[in-house]
Amino acid sequence: MSSAPSPTTLLEMEACTIRFGGLTAVSQLNLKIGPRDLLGLIGPNGAGKTTVFNLITGVYQPTEGKISFGGHSVVGKRPNQITSHGIARTFQNIRLFPSLSVFDNVRVAFHLHLRHDLIHALVRGPAFLREERDIREQVMAMLAVFHLEKFHDEPAKSLPYGDQRRLEIVRALATRPRLLLLDEPAAGMNPTEKVELMRLIQFVKDKYEIAVLLVEHDMQVVMGICQRIVVLDYGVKIAEGTPAEVRRNPKVIEAYLGDDHPVIT
Amino acid sequence: MLPRSQILLLATVAASLGVTMFSDGIDPYFLLVIKNVGINIILAVSLNLVNGYTGQFSLGHAGFMAVGAYTSAAITLFLGPPLLAAIGMHGVAATAGLFLAALVAGGLVAALAGLLVGIPSLRLKGDYLAIVTLGFGEIIRVIFRNVQSLGGALGLNGIPPYTNFFWTFTFVALTVYVIISMVHSTYGRGFLAVHDDEVAAEAMGLNTTRYKVIAFVVGAFFAGIAGGLYGHSQRSIDPQTFNFVKSIEIVVMVILGGMGNTVGVILAAVLLTLLPEFLRPIAEYRMMIYSLLLIVLMLTRPQGLFTWRRAKVQPAT
Ligand SMILES: Nc1ncnc2c1ncn2[C@@H]1O[C@H](COP(=O)(O)OP(=O)(O)OP(=O)(O)O)[C@@H](O)[C@H]1O
Ligand SMILES: [Mg+2]
Repeated sequence: MSSAPSPTTLLEMEACTIRFGGLTAVSQLNLKIGPRDLLGLIGPNGAGKTTVFNLITGVYQPTEGKISFGGHSVVGKRPNQITSHGIARTFQNIRLFPSLSVFDNVRVAFHLHLRHDLIHALVRGPAFLREERDIREQVMAMLAVFHLEKFHDEPAKSLPYGDQRRLEIVRALATRPRLLLLDEPAAGMNPTEKVELMRLIQFVKDKYEIAVLLVEHDMQVVMGICQRIVVLDYGVKIAEGTPAEVRRNPKVIEAYLGDDHPVIT
Repeated sequence: MLPRSQILLLATVAASLGVTMFSDGIDPYFLLVIKNVGINIILAVSLNLVNGYTGQFSLGHAGFMAVGAYTSAAITLFLGPPLLAAIGMHGVAATAGLFLAALVAGGLVAALAGLLVGIPSLRLKGDYLAIVTLGFGEIIRVIFRNVQSLGGALGLNGIPPYTNFFWTFTFVALTVYVIISMVHSTYGRGFLAVHDDEVAAEAMGLNTTRYKVIAFVVGAFFAGIAGGLYGHSQRSIDPQTFNFVKSIEIVVMVILGGMGNTVGVILAAVLLTLLPEFLRPIAEYRMMIYSLLLIVLMLTRPQGLFTWRRAKVQPAT
């Protein structure tokens, strides 16, 4: 497989740095993602992977550097605005709406594409009711694709762990992103679920025609599905390339040595 | 064909009108208590949008009630009579129109106050928001105490007794309808999402600040309406009526009813309004028993007295 750059760039981070007090969590990071890429982002604990997600999604603002999406700068925008540009994410520590039903978790994510607002909800006219029916059908169809429809009426917090992770992905997709950020989606999954997840990520990328940035500690998952991998260590990019290239990179091997993480095999 | 909720709304309004026709036969004391029940339902259900569904702990509801009470009373006392005389209107329709306008004006001014307080303070969370809203309620009281044209510490007296069964329960129905309809829509589910997890809600494209401000403004609007109804039912208001004890009373109704459970909150408002009345014969122990009951209820049913099924809204984990 070639690692030729995509014809256009969807997301670009240029020389991004963020400091928390004395700690430089991400340092001078350059990162490019094309429209249909599946890019892996790996590194030992505390390397700054989640921080990169928080920078991209506007949870944190970079101390220095630029971030652009679809050619427009997203620095200084609120997280909800960035989502409206087409970036959606999941969280390392699952952040569903625990008391809301599985159905409502996904339904809320239709927010950006609603034609109705609260006034319409009060009047409850035909157009409003029709839209609500449409949304119901779309949500149920999405849940069916991910085999979650049987849980639609259950509170999200009552779902098994692996299903919660998948529900988070469905919810993110409901915002209709062009780029999906997945933060350790395989965490806590058993081997069967992991294989299923790999298939699912591929499927999602193809079906919804999106780019995926995947943070994952499980090397089998990352190496198995990513075309290109970026390696972070102490906030610095130490390697970038195909899985094969990254695997034999001495810097990468060194970063992972002595770490209690699965050694790259 | 109207949605079922709208038929229910219209039916309640019609029934209230029916009851009002015969309310002359009802014991005046009993009627006053019933009207207080209605007013407290409006207060509790509207605060439930803020504290229950949206999860923002406000302790300033009595402050918004005061704004509505003073605004509407000022209109019916000072502005209305010359206005009606000038345009040569009188009779039942004229007073009804005047009262409706006064109530809505009271609600709108309270909503404006909600906007002014909400925008800067809704960035605060939990305890901090509670303290700021508590402070706001007290400031409002101090302001009214010092405005001599509004009666100062003595308040306003001789307010016309316009609040009847019809107006009270029409607005009860309207409040319940508005809040339930809002929450039962894809847009309105956002209130509950903000309650559950603000970070996740933002990540799904929701402007969490806007949701919080809307909840606050709508809550304040209905608190203002309730204030107007209260003033025209008691016929006199003073700043002391709207102190933080009143705010806490409303918060207790919301908690007891089960945060974010409108039916439960309505039942709690009924119960907590009637309870002190039933305890009236044992006057000196009344407040003690009332407080004891609250403690026992909170200890035995922390999820709310009327939450039968799973709680619709629970703290985010
Ligand atoms: N808000 C913050 N304030 C202070 N320090 C922070 C903050 N967020 C992250 N950090 C620090 O930045 C560094 C990178 O953290 P980050 O969570 O991005 O690592 P990670 O690569 O996602 O690690 P893991 O694999 O454990 O999830 C850590 O040292 C962390 O303590
Ligand atoms: Mg992380």
